[in-house]
Amino acid sequence: MTGVQALGAWCIAAVAGLGRAGLFLYATLTSASLALRRFGLVVQQVYAVGVLTLLIIVVAGLFVGMVLGLQGYYTLVDFGAESQLGLVVALTLTRELGPVLSALLFAGRAGSALTAEIGLMKATEQLAAMEMMAVDPVARVVAPRFIAGIIALPLLAAMFTVIGVFGGHFVGVVQLGVDAGVYWSSMQEGVDVYDDILNGVIKSVVFGFAVTWIAVFEGYDATPTAEGVSRATTRTVVTASLAVLGLDYLLTALMFGEV
Amino acid sequence: MQSKAIEMAVGLFVLAGILALGMLALRIGNLNTTEIQGGYTVYGRFVNVGGLNVKAPVTMAGVRIGRVTGIHVDPDDFNAVVAMRIEKEFDNIPRDTAASILTAGLLGAQYVGLEPGGSDEFLHDGDEFDLTQSAVVLEQLIGQLIFSQSEGGGQ
Repeated sequence: MTGVQALGAWCIAAVAGLGRAGLFLYATLTSASLALRRFGLVVQQVYAVGVLTLLIIVVAGLFVGMVLGLQGYYTLVDFGAESQLGLVVALTLTRELGPVLSALLFAGRAGSALTAEIGLMKATEQLAAMEMMAVDPVARVVAPRFIAGIIALPLLAAMFTVIGVFGGHFVGVVQLGVDAGVYWSSMQEGVDVYDDILNGVIKSVVFGFAVTWIAVFEGYDATPTAEGVSRATTRTVVTASLAVLGLDYLLTALMFGEV
Repeated sequence: MQSKAIEMAVGLFVLAGILALGMLALRIGNLNTTEIQGGYTVYGRFVNVGGLNVKAPVTMAGVRIGRVTGIHVDPDDFNAVVAMRIEKEFDNIPRDTAASILTAGLLGAQYVGLEPGGSDEFLHDGDEFDLTQSAVVLEQLIGQLIFSQSEGGGQ
């Protein structure tokens, strides 16, 4: 009986949490225009979530591209098709790995920091103090971070993809001897600006929205104790990563299903 | 001073991001090669198009001069009608040019190759090729080979 009760309580809590997250998103979106008018706040947050995440994105993109070049080469060379290496690397990165991996890294690096920061503001009653001074904490603290996340992730994903292509170029062309002209021309022949690149960018915008939403909500909704903030940070990384992977399947099925 | 440095860093970050997007569109993708501005459409009637796809190149002497823009079946004679958009600078293709569906390499992608004829009249928008050669379907070829081999063995 207690098991059933626990299940029921868990379900009710989950649905209530989803409802709070929805209401919170509504409050954030309605105060987004206020945050856009004070653009300096957004710029600061783009620095915090974007510029500071750049290093991990660059390093990860380089190595993922190099691994793709290596794996792709050894798979394709068996079929005598190593001339298509550029296409394999570019399509993998633009369609999937660029948006998805940068979103996962973004959730780990920037999302967790957002949650911890907002959660700690709540635990130290800074948010309550703002309300006392008639400053809306959602407009002042949450909305700029939300907008910054949506701006930063697509840019990071684009950089990830470009650096990955150069990583593949380094391994495939410089080390393994695929012709440089063939590498680039097979890529340009096969990658479509709308079907592949634009869809990849749309994916990363959606991921940016989802990851940042989850991160700021978990921070805002955290139990205001040290333990509560640490739990909220963990939840952000886990939930955001799962959301990215689930959304990725959904978006892929919608975008590439009927080619 | 501090906020100036942050603004600078964010500006560089956004610039790098936009550069990356531009690079994706122009260097990695093919913004300027899939769409043919201007140009004209001609049609070819094939018994079998094999694995020809929309956007496959249309070449003459191995150089791409257009792209396949549509493939459909004519409901009257069940032939495949392939629409090809030719770039506008190639407006002097002879009327008796032959179109054939070829394969790049043994297992490569299929494309349409044009063999120019000698006529003084040129193809215009909406015209149809008189001479076409369908795709070679490898499985049928192998089937024929096996068939002729086994016939030869029976003698």
